[in-house]
Amino acid sequence: MGEFMMEDRIILAIESSCDETAAAIIRNGSEIVSNVVASQIESHKRFGGVVPEIASRHHVEQITVVIEEALAQANMKPTDLDAVAVTEGPGLVGALLIGINAAKAFAFANDLPIIGVHHIAGHIYANALIQPMEFPLLALVVSGGHTELVYMKEHGSFEVIGETRDDAAGEAYDKVARVLGLPYPGGPRIDKLAHEGDEAVTFPRVWLEEGSYDFSFSGLKSAVINYKHNMDQRGEEISPTAVAKGFQDSVVEVLTAKTLRAAREYKVKQVIAAGGVAANKGLRTSLESVFAEEGIPLYVPPLKLCTDNAAMIGAAATPMFEMNIRGNLSMNGRPGLELKSWV
Amino acid sequence: MIWLGIETANAPLSIAVIRDGKVVAEIVQNIKLTHSAGAMPAIEEVLANAGIKPSELDAIAVSEGPGSYTGVRIGVTLAKTLAWTLKKPLVGVSSLKSLAANAALYDGFICPIFDARRGNVYTAVYKGRELETIIDDYHDHIDGLLERLQALEAPILFVGVDVDVFWHKIVEVLGDYAQRIPFSHDLPRASETVRLATKVELPSVDAVHHFVPQYKRIAEAEANWLKEQKEKAHE
Repeated sequence: MGEFMMEDRIILAIESSCDETAAAIIRNGSEIVSNVVASQIESHKRFGGVVPEIASRHHVEQITVVIEEALAQANMKPTDLDAVAVTEGPGLVGALLIGINAAKAFAFANDLPIIGVHHIAGHIYANALIQPMEFPLLALVVSGGHTELVYMKEHGSFEVIGETRDDAAGEAYDKVARVLGLPYPGGPRIDKLAHEGDEAVTFPRVWLEEGSYDFSFSGLKSAVINYKHNMDQRGEEISPTAVAKGFQDSVVEVLTAKTLRAAREYKVKQVIAAGGVAANKGLRTSLESVFAEEGIPLYVPPLKLCTDNAAMIGAAATPMFEMNIRGNLSMNGRPGLELKSWV
Repeated sequence: MIWLGIETANAPLSIAVIRDGKVVAEIVQNIKLTHSAGAMPAIEEVLANAGIKPSELDAIAVSEGPGSYTGVRIGVTLAKTLAWTLKKPLVGVSSLKSLAANAALYDGFICPIFDARRGNVYTAVYKGRELETIIDDYHDHIDGLLERLQALEAPILFVGVDVDVFWHKIVEVLGDYAQRIPFSHDLPRASETVRLATKVELPSVDAVHHFVPQYKRIAEAEANWLKEQKEKAHE
């Protein structure tokens, strides 16, 4: 009796909130046993962005294949699992519904508990798959749909101290890319272009009112559009690299400065960058340099854990499972779900 | 042989368990509850009432569309996932034919209608009693449908809760040929979905992964994109 045996927690996680159909198996909230992502990006490219109805159609085509692949790669059967976790929101409602209904049917058929996970909690917990999270921590979540600063004083405690008031950072990247005539998805291309030259067009930094941790990128986006428009009117050629660099400099400077100020004010032990835009080289370099100087450890997950995936949903679901948080078979997709603490 | 039938293609919901050609339990309702919230609990309830465990099912039948895109997808996702994880065959049945089956004892033409918004319908025409297809499932403006129905020059029995939306127009065009089924036969029944499913050969369990809804209509964005491509090719 003296020996305490830690039992493995094995969770099947499903994510379908936007244009990736994903399933993963996570052991003890920290180990990726399998991580399968079926991307629809090739299909959405022709439309210049994600079309919700098309995304939903692809999710239905892929969902059982992806879950089966996650189990097969893990060499596991449903009886090896402790729970099924799924993204409950936020996201595209029609897309969310596919993952949720598949998760409910799977949980019911195999007599497993179901856990509904917040997509942003997932992005933050992607870090638990790299190294243990140390609290208090600050997470900068930046993606196509989100720009948030989240303070966590312990597991399951989320305080959104800043968020975008209009466009998400990734959204602004995609729109500016369109102005520059770059194909979808534009974010990574702007990042690449921004590193190809030294010249930068000067665009405004939007700080909002003193002390605010909120963000706003629509003004910056308009400034880029106006610049292009004025140049066109004058019959002058724009330099795509200078525009890309100018735009990226503005976004990165604001994101970095606000994150640094929040990290100081909240005296955090760790700073985490998460979400698709966290893969941005410009942002990563800037954050790395200021936090190295500040002496606060900064963690950015590898690219495949920054973009949407199910492994992160399994990572977030594990502490929820231990805290006895459960969903039920009437779980619905919640496109505007707020990030709330579990504790 | 135990079947689970799932019908969520439009606003009404129906779930049924059929054992050896007899209905054991069935839910048929038309209430303001999304299928996303309501369908899975209904499956749980019907199976519990029937005293049947999921693993005891032998096959699953689902109403595969056309209908509400989201409604169809919820039913298909539930059916696919259950069939795949339980390793049972999955049979898809036209939502329109499944509804028309409510009038299977009628000898003439049967026309089920789903409201597809903006004056459009998903519809088909079957002939009782074997539900022989006269007009295959398709998407049309109500005017287009009525033109085709006029040409049949015979009484037509209309089925479905959405018929009311168009009834005035239907009577205007078809006059005495327009027949209305009693209201008690307007809701689709998953037991009919199963009954129609039993008429086809069971597909292999491996086919489940490739099962997709029958939308009978391409997505709007795709239609616009195709149009653009055509215009470009023209230039």
